[in-house]
Amino acid sequence: MTQFTINGRAVLIDVDEDTPLLWVIRDDIGLTGTKFGCGIGMCGACTVHVGGRATRSCITPISAVDGAEVTTIEGLDPAGQHPVQRAWLDLQTPQCGYCQSGQIMQAAAMLKDFPAPTDQDIDATMSGNLCRCMTYVRIRAAIKQAAAAMGGKS
Amino acid sequence: MLKRIVLGVIAALAVAIVGFGVFAWRPAIVKIDPPAPSAFAPELIARGEVLAGAGYCTTCHTTKGGQPFAGGYPMKTGFGTIYSTNITPDAKTGIGAWSEAAFRRAMHQGVARNGKHLFPAFPYDHFTKLSDADVSALYAYMMTRPAVDAPAKPNGVPFPLNIRALQTGWKLLFFHPGRFEPDKAKSPEWNRGAYLAQGVSHCGACHTPRNALGAEKRDEALAGAPIDNWIAPPLTAANPSPAPWDQAELVAYLRTGVSRYHGVAAGPMAPVVHDGLIKLPDADIQALAVYLADIDGAADRTATLGPALQKAAAADRLNVGSQTLPAARLYTAACASCHYNGGGQPNPLRPDLALNSAVNLDDPTNLIRVVLYGVGAKDGAPGVVMPSFNRFSDADVSALAAYLRATRTDKPAWPNLDKTVAAIRAQGK
Repeated sequence: MTQFTINGRAVLIDVDEDTPLLWVIRDDIGLTGTKFGCGIGMCGACTVHVGGRATRSCITPISAVDGAEVTTIEGLDPAGQHPVQRAWLDLQTPQCGYCQSGQIMQAAAMLKDFPAPTDQDIDATMSGNLCRCMTYVRIRAAIKQAAAAMGGKS
Repeated sequence: MLKRIVLGVIAALAVAIVGFGVFAWRPAIVKIDPPAPSAFAPELIARGEVLAGAGYCTTCHTTKGGQPFAGGYPMKTGFGTIYSTNITPDAKTGIGAWSEAAFRRAMHQGVARNGKHLFPAFPYDHFTKLSDADVSALYAYMMTRPAVDAPAKPNGVPFPLNIRALQTGWKLLFFHPGRFEPDKAKSPEWNRGAYLAQGVSHCGACHTPRNALGAEKRDEALAGAPIDNWIAPPLTAANPSPAPWDQAELVAYLRTGVSRYHGVAAGPMAPVVHDGLIKLPDADIQALAVYLADIDGAADRTATLGPALQKAAAADRLNVGSQTLPAARLYTAACASCHYNGGGQPNPLRPDLALNSAVNLDDPTNLIRVVLYGVGAKDGAPGVVMPSFNRFSDADVSALAAYLRATRTDKPAWPNLDKTVAAIRAQGK
């Protein structure tokens, strides 16, 4: 049995302790905003927050989040209006969109540590989030716009 | 003539065995009816709770998911698997029939109520240092826990090592009974830390290397040792961390499980901090830090912090921009998003790998274990996790470890990494 909160809601999950958190989020809890990409922690599509930190859910065993607070794209902001989401909409950042919930979760967590990120900071912390549509240029711009909206200056 | 010699030898042997038996014999202490919880003063129980936390008794006396203190936790030793016993006050299967005198004898001399010698997997070689008053407090705490009916599991120690009387020989060679003696040249705070560390907290049980007979090597106290498939790092000046383990970092680590310069409490150390030491008041954590910072010579190393931080910051920038080396690409994609600090003060939740203990130890085990199996939300920094990169091949994990060792430290490369990764994967979590 693993007990944790997801988007503020307490859940109790009875699955094998090695089951990836991503499977539980999508199949047991039914939140499908978080995507399966590579399954080995190398693409970032499955990024969620655990204790506020960006975490690859496809390689996080469910036993590891016992007692933790998990946030998915659905819970980042109750109205979907997190500054990062607003910047994403404003700049029409996504193309196909598959990687974007992971990109947004990674960016939102990163901005807490780097409120005014430099290009270097963005490169270093976002390189693990792949986008096969090559929206990287717009992602960078949207992160800077979100940072500015949140009061940071880059 | 020959007959005489044989008879003589047999007689001598018989005398020796009987003599040893007499020497090894300890009387049973009369059973008592389990005392009522109301027999113990609440303050005494509260003090016992703190001490039980300092000794993290639950860690070894509870199985995964089992009832607290009901025993059954397997300890793999070089002599076979030993199962911890039930120390709840259940009269039949626990220590409910133990008088305080019996409990005291177990703690101070390593002898069970029935007179059997205990194996030193129970660290009575440390608990012997406990004051009588603290043993009374621990007794009060244990006897007021809920009684659990849980019979002991048979130990996997083979004959003849399972003959309990032989433990007398071990004790004769390696056991130094006696209460803690304060060092008058040191402060009361240092002595409090030393009392806890050497006694109830039994740091040496994991951090001191053991000899062929499983006894701690007294001349290598706290010099670091392998334990439960992990490495307990040296707590002496031999600790290879680039940043000194000073009082502030020791307090942070022992209080919260995280030191910004050294990393998090993972593996067997995680429950020590999060389930055990959490019961200690800040003053005791401070005392432990004062003692341990003295042992590791932090005061002589303060000048190393600045240069270590500068080197770490420079290494941190290596992975910005496009990478050609395969291991560097792996690091940039899989690790940098969490471990990058941008050249600033290391964020404790972005463990800086140039400073991290696991990358700097002589043995790569801890680094490989953390990469393969991650760190759960209840271990390390509470509430956050490191995922488990066990889908990486042995070759990738070993390339990553070699890359970190080469780019983050000035220490010699780890040999045979491929084989080590495969072996650690085979051990399992």
